[in-house]
Amino acid sequence: MIEVTGVTKEFGRVRAVDGITFEVAKGEVLGFLGPNGAGKTTTMRILTGFLPATKGRTVVAGHDITAEPLEAKRKIGYLPESPPLYPEMTVFDYLDFAARIKGVPRERRKARVEEAMDRCSIGDVRGKLTGKLSKGYRQRVGLAQALVHEPEVLILDEPTAGLDPKQIHETRTLIRSFGGDHTVVLSTHILPEVVMTCDRVAIICKGAVVAQGTTASLIERFREREHLSVSVDGPESEVRNTLLSQEGVVDAEAVRREGSEVTYRLTLAPGADVRRALAARLVAAGHSLLGLHQEGTTLEEVYLRVVSSEEPGAVP
Amino acid sequence: MGNVWALARREVQSYFSSPVAYVVLALFIFLFGYFFSDYLFVFFERSMGRGGFGRPAETLNLNQDLIRFLFLTTSVVLLFLIPMLTMRSFAEEIRSGTIELLLTSPLTDFQIVLGKFLGALALYGAMLALTSLHMAILFFFGDPEWKPLLVGYLGMLLLGAAFIAFGLLFSSLTRNQIVAGFLTFATFLFLWLIEYAESWAGPASGFVTYLSVTKHLEEFAKGVIDSRDVVYYVSFVAFGLFLSKQSLESLRWRG
Repeated sequence: MIEVTGVTKEFGRVRAVDGITFEVAKGEVLGFLGPNGAGKTTTMRILTGFLPATKGRTVVAGHDITAEPLEAKRKIGYLPESPPLYPEMTVFDYLDFAARIKGVPRERRKARVEEAMDRCSIGDVRGKLTGKLSKGYRQRVGLAQALVHEPEVLILDEPTAGLDPKQIHETRTLIRSFGGDHTVVLSTHILPEVVMTCDRVAIICKGAVVAQGTTASLIERFREREHLSVSVDGPESEVRNTLLSQEGVVDAEAVRREGSEVTYRLTLAPGADVRRALAARLVAAGHSLLGLHQEGTTLEEVYLRVVSSEEPGAVP
Repeated sequence: MGNVWALARREVQSYFSSPVAYVVLALFIFLFGYFFSDYLFVFFERSMGRGGFGRPAETLNLNQDLIRFLFLTTSVVLLFLIPMLTMRSFAEEIRSGTIELLLTSPLTDFQIVLGKFLGALALYGAMLALTSLHMAILFFFGDPEWKPLLVGYLGMLLLGAAFIAFGLLFSSLTRNQIVAGFLTFATFLFLWLIEYAESWAGPASGFVTYLSVTKHLEEFAKGVIDSRDVVYYVSFVAFGLFLSKQSLESLRWRG
């Protein structure tokens, strides 16, 4: 649905986006994750045809954004970082205007506006001036504007920025519901948002995509060493020896002692899953196994590792 | 074409939902009314032979001795009223970010410019329409000819269209309304003043005065359509719209 190939954008001497390549399949929700100033907004502006790319090719819904801008734009709904509202217009008039300039045929216009308002639950403020709305409502009117012409592709620039926790939750649920019907690209610098709303993640840093894939595959790829935490009741040195005798366990360190119960943090060889073998071994040695917990790598660790690495290219 | 109409309609609505339209309309109608009554008084005095210096009563023509001067004076009033109309058109959209909505909608840059242009022209048309009240008074008490009058209005419309086209251009160059308005006014002032270039431009004076935007109204005001004047205004409008479109396009590159 969206194909971006080697897109580069230079502002004078500054290279804001550096050879970005990615694809988004139909119905997928892709999250752009990156620190502020990484080039997320610039990339989205290129996708929507607001900015021309210096180099590279962008195809949206089968139309090249520079060769056939009108056809491509008809298929795109875009919510910029701050919703582009005319403060002197009412919500209804604004959406009606958006539907007109996006070429919604006259006979379907009213129904489309009603549906977009319904979808974003803003029917109760339809007669209010957009300039008088709260931040949460403004954001939702902006979303309704992006939806009003039934675009195949939705591009949302930080859709939850500046909202309160309840509004953030509602907006995420709303975006989640767009997946399937619409192909969605959203940007954020908030990690849990990606995990909650996106099928796939592209991590952007210094204008380049440094990692992309499903959340699970990213975690898989960036996993270094796994850790296992084990709580055992038994003499410490004896237990330690038993633990270290297990193949795949590289190191064992006592991290907490409560009475005779000691919790050890084991460092494992990459890819090793020793939980079953270890449990059997401890029991066989006559120790009481009280707890066993595998610590996975979180997306947060992946993200921090990726964006804090000096050379974006050096990351696998 | 439907979306150009939608843009123009929104433009007019936005004029009326801010004080702009009311201030400009009120100011225009006040100044027009003032000059109307002033010229009517002079016309009256002269035709009664009370024009001073013991001049005898003259046989005057409403079209040539009143309406003509009224139009010419009004053109100077427009020098500062039109910038008030056009200064916010693009500048405000750039400042508030709504330009992003327009530039990512399936509209060509020229459609956007045309929509803005037609919106401003509609409001200007409403200003001119208000002056028909004064003209109605003349028709009620006198018998001016209506054909030269219409030609005069055509000239006023063309003049206004030329001003608006360049007003849009300056508005698209900046995100600051005041700067846009001032640049527009300064340019119009210059284009008005070069009418008096004859005194200093020497051999080039013919060319320089041809550029003067108000000079071309003179024939229209008399009720004469001269193709040179029509060509001047039409190309002025086309050039202004073209430059506005280019400027809008460059907005994408300027980021």
